[in-house]
Amino acid sequence: MTTTTSRTTPPSRVVLGQAAGGGRRGWTHPATRTARHVVVGASSLFWTALVVVPLYWIVITSLRDQADFFTTSPLTPPSDPTLDNYGLVWSSGFPTYLLNSVIVTVAAVALTLAAALMASYVVVRFNSRSSRWFFRLFLLGLAIPLQAVIIPVYLLIIELHLYDSLLAIVLPSAAFAIPVAVLVLVGFLRDVPRSLYEAMDIDGAGEWRILWSLVLPLTRPALTTVAVYSGLQVWNGFLFPLILTQNPDRAVLPLALTAFRGQFGINVPATMAAVVLSTLPVLALFMIGRRQLVAGLTAGFTK
Amino acid sequence: MTATPHAGRTARRRRVSGAVMAAPALLLFGLFGVLPLGGVLVLGFADWDGLGTISWSGADNWTAVFTDAATWDALWLTVKVMVISWVVQTPISLALGVFQAPAARWRAVLAVLWFLPLVLSAVAIGLAWQALLDPSFGLGSVPGLGFLAEPLLGSPDLALYTVIFVIAWQFIPFHALLYQAGVRQIPAALYEAAAIDGASRVQRFLVITLPQLRYTLITSSTLMLIGSLTYFDLIFVLSGGTGGPGTATRVLPLAMYITGFQSHDMGRASVLATTLVVFGLVLSLLITRLSRFTAMDSQQEGLT
Repeated sequence: MTTTTSRTTPPSRVVLGQAAGGGRRGWTHPATRTARHVVVGASSLFWTALVVVPLYWIVITSLRDQADFFTTSPLTPPSDPTLDNYGLVWSSGFPTYLLNSVIVTVAAVALTLAAALMASYVVVRFNSRSSRWFFRLFLLGLAIPLQAVIIPVYLLIIELHLYDSLLAIVLPSAAFAIPVAVLVLVGFLRDVPRSLYEAMDIDGAGEWRILWSLVLPLTRPALTTVAVYSGLQVWNGFLFPLILTQNPDRAVLPLALTAFRGQFGINVPATMAAVVLSTLPVLALFMIGRRQLVAGLTAGFTK
Repeated sequence: MTATPHAGRTARRRRVSGAVMAAPALLLFGLFGVLPLGGVLVLGFADWDGLGTISWSGADNWTAVFTDAATWDALWLTVKVMVISWVVQTPISLALGVFQAPAARWRAVLAVLWFLPLVLSAVAIGLAWQALLDPSFGLGSVPGLGFLAEPLLGSPDLALYTVIFVIAWQFIPFHALLYQAGVRQIPAALYEAAAIDGASRVQRFLVITLPQLRYTLITSSTLMLIGSLTYFDLIFVLSGGTGGPGTATRVLPLAMYITGFQSHDMGRASVLATTLVVFGLVLSLLITRLSRFTAMDSQQEGLT
């Protein structure tokens, strides 16, 4: 709605910082407007094609048999669509990898939410020097790239005898999701009126009681946002699984995809079926909760 | 609370609860975030193959890494990826974000399609583009797209730019989302005032939209620059884990991975990782400095 007022005629000049621009009128020649619409329309269609064509190709390729892949033009739909590739992927250990990914993601997200909610509550509620330091630590944490510390993390995981276990992925993934989560939750909790806490104080409720029956219900929307964001990061995460696990039985989906690529070799349709299958759970979530996903993706970075 | 003997005990109990609540986050993040930050610096002075025992080697790793031409090549490639990615992604993200912002149904439909790459993992994107750009069976064999029938990922001259393109394909939707959120927060009153003033659409974009988006621009640029500094997953997949062809796409994080986990030289890999940390910190400081410079004026100028 902000851009539809272009043809209002000026009744009087309103003081507006630098926007005056010498009193030119807001009316544009129809030809100019048409040209603009053509340019905007064409560019948006071009970008749409750039996004949609590869996705379309992934789907139709996953439905081809291998002979068809080598003989038919890539963008022509398969004459005889087949689900064989999906069957092949499913029988090549896919259920194990799917289960591993679900376990890792659910555990890491649960851990992130619990730890970050308590931490944010402490930051907002205890206005002391140590709690401010505590918050600053997480702000600093935002700047630590996990790629840069992967070697010490690897050493640590070995020392903790966690190497090649799902927990080896869960713990560091949660640790690196916590700073953003704290940032989002603290921003949210700061808007909760003090009087609500004070009312519970007067009732003699302890900190745990306040956390459980006031903070938890109030922050539910922010928690959903954080869960979606960190869940997507963990589900798609590649470096921690690559470095910290080894046994194929412990592989999560992104790691399994690279293994499929090696295993299927020139059987590109099978690899694409694996790509589709590994994306389906997230895609389903995207369809159900696009709003939360979009909110989750931008929450940490817009104010 | 009333001043009873209980007050002191309540306060102590509160502090204990607070400490217990803070503990899990502190422990997890301290252990896997802060401690490794020191660890990577220390390991730079160590001799370790990743499996056996760790011994100390003084400054050997540092001199070895910084006298190696491959390190400087990797640094240069990293800078190239960062700068070109920023130059390519920023205008497109800004344009898409501004386009998506008004609430119109057909824009919303397009926006759903545009967001789809966001849900794909870097590995999925890498595998798909690798096959799409295959010179024989990829998009190049579609009539009219013959120019794609080149070994784009296999040529030492083109591989880096191809990788930069795929990175842009993955991340532009996210940055467009940031700009969209930014545009939606601009007070409508500013545009109304400008319209009354008779400002043309281009003028309004330059005088209202762009200045109002400067915080979004800073956020997006920071994420883009730091993100491409440490970018690993997609380049790993597109180059089959080698940073190749040759060393054509071996950026710093890949050089670190290959040195540490393929050549089993964790000491030198830690030196490369430390370089990455320092590079990232300097970059963040620089951006904060620059942005504080512009943040001096009010964000709501024109309204008050």
